[in-house]
Amino acid sequence: MGTRTVLQHPDITRALTRIAHEILEANHGASDLVLLGIPTRGAVLAERLDRILADIEPEWTTEPAVTGADASTPGRSHRVGTLDVTMHRDDLGRGIGRAPHRTTIPASGIDGKVVVLVDDVLYSGRTVRAALDALQGIGRPRAVRLAVLVDRGHRELPIRADHVGKNLPTASDERVTLRLTETDGTDEVVIEQSETQSETPSETQRDGGTA
Amino acid sequence: MKHLLSTADLSRAEAIHILDVAEEMAEVNTREVRKLPALRGKTVVNLFFEDSTRTRISFEAAAKRLSADVINFAAKGSSVSKGESLKDTVQTLGAMGIDGIVMRHGASGAPRVLADADWIDVPVVNAGDGTHEHPTQALLDAFTMRRRLHGAGSRGQGLDGVRVLIVGDVLHSRVARSNAWLLRTLGASVTFAAPPTLLPVTATPFGAAVHHDLDVALAEDPDVVMTLRIQQERMNDAFFPNPREYTRHWGLTASRFARLDERTLIMHPGPMNRGLEIAGVAADDPRSTVVEQVENGVSVRMAVLYLALTGSETGTHTHAAAATKETVA
Repeated sequence: MGTRTVLQHPDITRALTRIAHEILEANHGASDLVLLGIPTRGAVLAERLDRILADIEPEWTTEPAVTGADASTPGRSHRVGTLDVTMHRDDLGRGIGRAPHRTTIPASGIDGKVVVLVDDVLYSGRTVRAALDALQGIGRPRAVRLAVLVDRGHRELPIRADHVGKNLPTASDERVTLRLTETDGTDEVVIEQSETQSETPSETQRDGGTA
Repeated sequence: MKHLLSTADLSRAEAIHILDVAEEMAEVNTREVRKLPALRGKTVVNLFFEDSTRTRISFEAAAKRLSADVINFAAKGSSVSKGESLKDTVQTLGAMGIDGIVMRHGASGAPRVLADADWIDVPVVNAGDGTHEHPTQALLDAFTMRRRLHGAGSRGQGLDGVRVLIVGDVLHSRVARSNAWLLRTLGASVTFAAPPTLLPVTATPFGAAVHHDLDVALAEDPDVVMTLRIQQERMNDAFFPNPREYTRHWGLTASRFARLDERTLIMHPGPMNRGLEIAGVAADDPRSTVVEQVENGVSVRMAVLYLALTGSETGTHTHAAAATKETVA
């Protein structure tokens, strides 16, 4: 079983910085932008993007995205949140027993905003479908975009990303694992050759950073 | 978790996991669209052999917010009153295709019988069995305490060091029993205050300390005072001389309430007999959690139904589940 590291810390940082610029370019500035990360690693990536955007775009932090009193912790960006998709997955009730994560929506809500979903690895597209479904229960964004660090192909649904950190052509019996300092102690993307026979993506699709 | 029959089966980690999932459910209940598709296409039967309004409605609301279909079965007016056995009732329901049973029964242990028998292989949630257990009530009580004590930082927390005083009819109360076990598992200490006639005949029932004088117990400055309902339907014998005497000795009266510390929470599982076991002024005070308990009940039952119906299908029963339960990330 072979393992190769395809992205390391500087690569991940460069990719995120480019995605941040792309998001601003596509939106013609920072107005009405909200980042929602899909737990767990998508949420970490969304927070990193938030910090990068705060550095490169003065409007990112100065524009009052909040109407009314904000109860959330001071100093925290009003632009970034997390969106848990567990309850919207299409493989619940198959004996997997998934624990839901937190959903935190910025105080300004998502109605009329441009929501950028942030996830780690885009694979079957089922997580993103679940995320679109989850958004419906929260509000009506003006537009929804998708930013992923890695696109490994093998889509099972008509979904594509607007902003991709790295396209990684893979075989379906390989596993792509993203590790991040915040959750795993190191920054890297590795491809592992699975020793088991190939399974369909929806079954190997998991909670964390492998896909 | 396949079944939820007793809080005594739950490990600390399992109990905290249920409460943490309930936190996510509570968050959904604050949204504009209070509905999740998690149990879409599943059918939950509320199998109620005993009268209940609030528990049944709470379970029904919980199941519906998870998009399950709900069938309400009340034994009154059903074929059970014609003498049908539990086995036949359940097999009839099973033949119609159901995915989970929420059961209340007047006989202690009835949900366990159903879970252990091979009549039907679906998760069973105990919604109160006789004078035995009422696990979801205990979970929602613990959830309410945790939220009041830890606020937004509740996730992952137990109830370590919290001192809970449970007052009233412990003998007939499934709420007291389930609470005593669960609260101890979560690290709290439990004391009962009740007349000897309304206590089980042991020195430390369910691992809790006992007081036979409410004023002495209140002087110990508990963090939580939980008054139990005097179950007039179970008062067939002379457990106490009359309601007025009960109130004088064991009621949370206005004067007893006035002596409590500002931080002490007042809890009651409902329905309340105002003026009997709890004074109106105590029930309506901001320190009272009675309404929150009802609200939290829906979130906790959503968590229980979600975990039971989407959890491991390998069929481990709860008492074995602690060892073999698939760890969820």
